[in-house]
Amino acid sequence: MMEHLLIAPVVLPALVAPFIIMVLRHHLDLQRIFSLASAVLLAGITLALAAQAADGTVKVYELGDWPAPFGIVLVLDRLSAMMIVLTSLLALPVLLYAIGSGWDTRGSNFHALFQFQLMGIMGAFLTGDAFNLFVFFEVLLIASYGLMIHSGGTRRFHAGVQYVVFNLLGSTLFLFALGTLYAVTGTLNMADLAVKVAQIPAEDTALLRVGAVMLLLVFAIKASLLPLHFWLPSAYANAPMPVAALFAIMTKVGAYSILRIYTLVFGPEVEATAGLTEAWLLPAALLTLGAGAIGVLGSKKLGRLAAFGAIASMGTLLIAVSLFTQTAAAAALYYLVHSTLAAALLFLVADLVMERQGQWILPQLPMPQTGLISALFFAAAIALAGMPPLSGFLGKLLVLDATRGADLAPWIWGVILLGSLVTIIGMARAGSLLFWKGHGLESEEPATSEAPPVDTLPAKPAQLPFVACFGLLGGLVALTVFAGPATRYAEATAAQLYAPAAYIDTVLGRTAE
Amino acid sequence: MELLVASAVGILTAAGVYLILRRRSFPVILGLSLLTYAVNVFLFATGRLVTGAPPILNKYKEVAYTDPLPQALVLTAIVISFGMTAVVVMIALGAYLSSRDDGTAMPVEADGAEEEA
Repeated sequence: MMEHLLIAPVVLPALVAPFIIMVLRHHLDLQRIFSLASAVLLAGITLALAAQAADGTVKVYELGDWPAPFGIVLVLDRLSAMMIVLTSLLALPVLLYAIGSGWDTRGSNFHALFQFQLMGIMGAFLTGDAFNLFVFFEVLLIASYGLMIHSGGTRRFHAGVQYVVFNLLGSTLFLFALGTLYAVTGTLNMADLAVKVAQIPAEDTALLRVGAVMLLLVFAIKASLLPLHFWLPSAYANAPMPVAALFAIMTKVGAYSILRIYTLVFGPEVEATAGLTEAWLLPAALLTLGAGAIGVLGSKKLGRLAAFGAIASMGTLLIAVSLFTQTAAAAALYYLVHSTLAAALLFLVADLVMERQGQWILPQLPMPQTGLISALFFAAAIALAGMPPLSGFLGKLLVLDATRGADLAPWIWGVILLGSLVTIIGMARAGSLLFWKGHGLESEEPATSEAPPVDTLPAKPAQLPFVACFGLLGGLVALTVFAGPATRYAEATAAQLYAPAAYIDTVLGRTAE
Repeated sequence: MELLVASAVGILTAAGVYLILRRRSFPVILGLSLLTYAVNVFLFATGRLVTGAPPILNKYKEVAYTDPLPQALVLTAIVISFGMTAVVVMIALGAYLSSRDDGTAMPVEADGAEEEA
């Protein structure tokens, strides 16, 4: 029974979502209850799985009991465990927020799509098969298309078309890459790929290199690396903000895939693909951070501000990933957890503001609960920019520390530090315009000032959105307070990533012999 | 046959890329479907091209066989791309009907000052 727990994160949402569509279609309360119950259960399951993986064992689940190179396998190691725990812990506050703010009532099938999205993300993190990774990418993307245009609107539809077309192109490229890899190696199981790639003679690797680069391009699209990031700002800024908060994990799926494939299959010691990616991945990551920071500074709308904040944090993350060393990977993993939570928090706080004042960053009359919201915005801004009290600072410090020996270290330090500064300025500008300038404004229309202000408040201010925001903030604080255990776990994960032999042997069933 | 398949993939891809770079969503969607055809044929060819051979190994004698795995991959890819095309058509229709504009660019909007209430 316990060995089947590994597939539970995929199966549970896959069962709950159709159940919500088919049985609970007209019962919003029940939908909410089932969706929440599923999210809570997922959190429990993923934590149990993480406890199993924490000691460094690699667990394999063979679907249909077919042995590894022939059947599809799910693999649980420290990295997968960390990612699924992060996903479920992110999903819970986001779902609470969507329920509390009433976003799930503004269109149909929010909860079913949400569950399908979770299923796709969990599957992408757990699978040990490259083609299965493609399938789970599609599952999470199809669900995200539905969530992205949730509740409709002209701009949202247009942004949705761009988002879908861009990602369909990415999917096509993914298939081309997988086809090329299969033609060269004759397998798509990641562990088997690792074995086969290492055996290919050096003069025969041209096609393999093409496949490797195409695969990296696909993951770079998902991770919004700079020349391929164009889908992100308008998609995230025009998506419903709680959905964008959930999407904070989706860019990390790209980063996860880069980490996984380029340590396991095309690892640093594989001659065929050595030096293929490092040369341009790092500069592109630097540019990503720069573009994100400048975008934060130049945003006129709150949604775009948060989206560019997410791009900037992806830049920092990809800088650490693109060094492909063990210490940098450990820093990247710590920063990955932080940036997911911080970006989600910023999106949720942006929604709190946008629900009250609209989407433009302009001085406006003080809104209800302005103190609480501005405090939350302040916290989210310093978290995302990487200022001292919260975990963003520690994460950036780890990244800077890990890059000390690199060739481009002055560039990396310069861009990260300058990018942080520009991000802080952008955030401070937006925050002061939104929350401070408004106090000097007089109410222009006498009619509104005559009406008692109590009437303009919602009848009962929703508590749940604040609970969700403080939940995410609590996660950031916990990540700061327990930075020691968290970095130790990240280091252990990175060590496991850079010693892929155990993973390969377990998946291919060689340990039994 | 290799030449035929290779040029089919090439021409489909080229036409698809050309159409995707158009500014209206209808040609873009057509281009996407051409690209998915190209990738389906490409995937089919990844198991090497063999004519008239079954996708089954015979353990009693040496026979020519074709690789069955790409066929399974192609089936999956066809199903997914078919569904995706339906989704993108619906979203593009939604965008067109809500703004009477088939362009893929974002609609121009008034700057913030006057829009906000």
